[in-house]
Amino acid sequence: MQDITRRRLLWSLPFATAAVAGGGFLAMLSGIRKGNFDPKEINTPILNKPIPAFSLSAQPPSTGFNQQELQQQTEPVLINFFASWCIPCLTEMSMLQQLSSHISIWGIAYKDKQNSVSGFLKRNGNPYQRIGQDNNGNVGIEWGVSGVPESFLVMPGGIIKWHYPKPLTVNSTQTLLSLLK
Amino acid sequence: MRFITFIFLFCLGLSAPIVAFGIDSPDEMLKNPVQEQRAQHIGAQLRCLVCQNESIEDSSADLAKDLRKVVRQRIKGGDNDQQVMQWMVDRYGNFIRLSPPFTLTTALLWFMPVLGLVIGCVVAFVTLRKKNKIASTELSKEERQRLSELMKE
Amino acid sequence: MISKILSPEFGHFTLALACCLAGAQCLIPLMGAKVKNSRLMALASPLAWGQFLALTLAFACLVTAAVTDDFSVQNILQNSAVDKPLLYKITGVWGNHEGSILLWAFILAFFGAIVSAYSQHLPLSLRAKVIAIMGGSAAGFELFCLTTSNPFLRVWPAPLDGQGMNPLLQDPGLAFHPPILYMGYVGFAVPFAFAVAALLEGKVDAAWGRWVRPWTVLAWALLTCGIALGSWWSYYVLGWGGYWFWDPVENASLLPWLTGTALLHSALVVEKRESLKIWTILLAIGTFSLSLSGTFLVRSGILNSVHAFASDPARGVFILLLLAVISGGALLLFAWRAPTLTSTGIFAFFSREGSIVLNNILLCTMSAVVLTGTLYPPFIQLINGQTLSVGKPFFDNALIPIALFLFLVMAIGPVIAFKKGNIKQTAKILGFAACLSISNVVIAFLILHQIIPALASSLCIWIILSACSDFIKHIALFKTSISNSYNRIIGLPRSFYATYIAHIGVAITILGIIGMAASQQKIVEVPIGTTIHLAGYDWTLTNVDDRQGPNFISTEAVIKVSKNGKPITWMLPSRRFFDRQKQVITNVAIHTNLMSDLYAVLGDSKNSTQTTPLFVLRLHYNPLAPWIWIGGFIMAIGGFITLTDRRFRVGTPANRKRIKEV
Repeated sequence: MQDITRRRLLWSLPFATAAVAGGGFLAMLSGIRKGNFDPKEINTPILNKPIPAFSLSAQPPSTGFNQQELQQQTEPVLINFFASWCIPCLTEMSMLQQLSSHISIWGIAYKDKQNSVSGFLKRNGNPYQRIGQDNNGNVGIEWGVSGVPESFLVMPGGIIKWHYPKPLTVNSTQTLLSLLK
Repeated sequence: MRFITFIFLFCLGLSAPIVAFGIDSPDEMLKNPVQEQRAQHIGAQLRCLVCQNESIEDSSADLAKDLRKVVRQRIKGGDNDQQVMQWMVDRYGNFIRLSPPFTLTTALLWFMPVLGLVIGCVVAFVTLRKKNKIASTELSKEERQRLSELMKE
Repeated sequence: MISKILSPEFGHFTLALACCLAGAQCLIPLMGAKVKNSRLMALASPLAWGQFLALTLAFACLVTAAVTDDFSVQNILQNSAVDKPLLYKITGVWGNHEGSILLWAFILAFFGAIVSAYSQHLPLSLRAKVIAIMGGSAAGFELFCLTTSNPFLRVWPAPLDGQGMNPLLQDPGLAFHPPILYMGYVGFAVPFAFAVAALLEGKVDAAWGRWVRPWTVLAWALLTCGIALGSWWSYYVLGWGGYWFWDPVENASLLPWLTGTALLHSALVVEKRESLKIWTILLAIGTFSLSLSGTFLVRSGILNSVHAFASDPARGVFILLLLAVISGGALLLFAWRAPTLTSTGIFAFFSREGSIVLNNILLCTMSAVVLTGTLYPPFIQLINGQTLSVGKPFFDNALIPIALFLFLVMAIGPVIAFKKGNIKQTAKILGFAACLSISNVVIAFLILHQIIPALASSLCIWIILSACSDFIKHIALFKTSISNSYNRIIGLPRSFYATYIAHIGVAITILGIIGMAASQQKIVEVPIGTTIHLAGYDWTLTNVDDRQGPNFISTEAVIKVSKNGKPITWMLPSRRFFDRQKQVITNVAIHTNLMSDLYAVLGDSKNSTQTTPLFVLRLHYNPLAPWIWIGGFIMAIGGFITLTDRRFRVGTPANRKRIKEV
């Protein structure tokens, strides 16, 4: 009897492995539902690191900016990568307009044409205090950007405290505002 | 031996073991063939971030193109292979590596081949030996029985 | 008239009916087996046929809705359009999530019916249980279909036109690849059902091995065809020249194939030697579980893939539940009953059984590596939030050594005797092949300067030559008269030929992969009239034209290929712009002579502002590339040949003869 129980325990290993895997899958699915598990996200190692070296040319109606200017700010700044050809960026605009009263937002036009961006801002309003051009996407690569829109919270001194690689939503905006306090 | 003939035939142009399917214009490639080889080799290890499981050499996405440009720029600038990879990992994390680095977290992954073989062989060995042992003791038991029966006659 | 009868409502009704019948097909025979009531058990077969008939009607209704452009059906609205060509209206039925689940269920019901047709010689109790398990799995899938993935949902008011189908899917490959692939996946439900039925009976014997093996080989051969077709399809559709990307969905098809190969070799040992019973049962359960898990992973949103259907966590939870009941239940039963299965056959380490055990270990290790690699990123992300990638470089590095060792063993195995192999005799048979193969390693290395292709090509030669050596020994060529040898050739059981052919198929595929890795390419930006030289061929761009298709506009290039002045072929690569989806699809031009491929792609021409427009062309010469897929089909042919072996024909015709004699 004892021998057979021992063998049963041995042969229940496949079941145990499958059960663990199944539990993991269940956790993943509930995470997807709740929104705190996204298999598509990329966690770049940019948090709590200083901003990369960069320099952006002017994008009317604003002048460009560079790393030093951003570092020297005494208030937190939200860096927002956007483009006129990006539809989620369009939906994000109203959220940005609301945010601009709480925090200064500096925009980076990613892989776009000057005229298109000016037109985009005229049509949808301009929530940005300053805007720069990143025509070839190289500055985006320095920041670890893989698409638009992406937003970064830069604290005074140039440390990146928060990275949101999706269009801003009500929830994420609340998280952002809580970080400012 | 037609097979050897064929191997002969296709080895005649064995310059590029890696074929970069994503490059869509000859201006992308570096002029120096050794450098271009290195770029394609490094690129084959970098994941196109906005595609599924493709390398930047195989993908036709815009971001892949930009990253290919950066790789070639850095090679021309004098970085060695390690440095180019590290540059990418610094900005995008280990996600951009198509082959994960060997750390404690990925140890199970890297050891899986060896683990599978060892466990399989050990289980097979033990089970077979046990069965063969049982068989041999059974036979001798059988023999003993026959012997005792013969003895009784 | 037909479309009035085969209405979506009727389809919905027959789907629900099929689900009920499947449920009955599961419960009634099982109950009958428990209380030993032969009338209840005999109901299994008619219920299986009834379910199949109902599901055939349901499927016909969906196809009718697609063909008649019935946009009141939500599934048709989302995936079809009036101007879609007829072929793609029909094949597009399974090009989306709901339709593909219905196809799964349909094939599962189909297998249930043919199992009941071809199993009349089985003992009633086992037969009832097998059909019942198939019914249970089918019921689960049909329930899933009805609740979360109903293809018959209606939309009112019905729009005048649909949203169209992804242009990438508008290709003849869609007609073949999913159905054959699914037949492979679903086919493994039959050995699964046999395994669970055997566990319920508490008995696994040589007869069980003989009954289960043809179904295993059938499913394996179909899955091999399905995977080969999918790989070939991506080669010529995607325009990248790649044929395997270690994409999670591709891995999901490779996993059951690897364990399925182990299973079919293992079942052989059960049949011939009544050994390896526990492993065979576990492999049978495992292979179908991997099929199901693959379906789950691809549709749940956990894995990112180019192939993934629109994902929905709710569907994921249902399939997970299905997996828990079907696989979890089977594994639990296995844990309980496996220790009671006794193996009587003993064998030495160096024996046919021993080599099959080694074969299984190698295949299962490869499967474990692919499974771990595919699931590692989501699990690590779940545990500590880190995002990782596991792609081609990892899989190549991890699997190539194991695969090479497998090829080494694969050639020796079929030559060793059962129970206890004679090393001297095996060496005598294989000696010549070994010498040639080892010398090939040296020669190939000197030519190729790379050790892996040298080793791999030698192992392919090793496999082919050992198969030939074994064949020669069996027909006693040169040892006896020609007519004697000829008689032996005729008399050799078909399964021998099947083994040789299948193993040679593997070697051919590997040679194709090695050849493909040595391909040459040129990327150029040239005006019309230029000739490019690549791989001894002259490629001349003679013209580029714009054309209008049924739902696209295409730019087509005409390339004349010649060799040494002799014209070989005309190649027409093109780019198609689909207005509805605003998508551009590249159409590759491939010319094959079955030994190598010429591959041409028309790139995006951005410099057309100049007076002489320049066109980007990508030209490839892929030596031995066709062998990758030819080898796959040869493997499958080997499998199909085994099915025709007369030793498997135990059954109905013989019974009828006996009745006549009485």
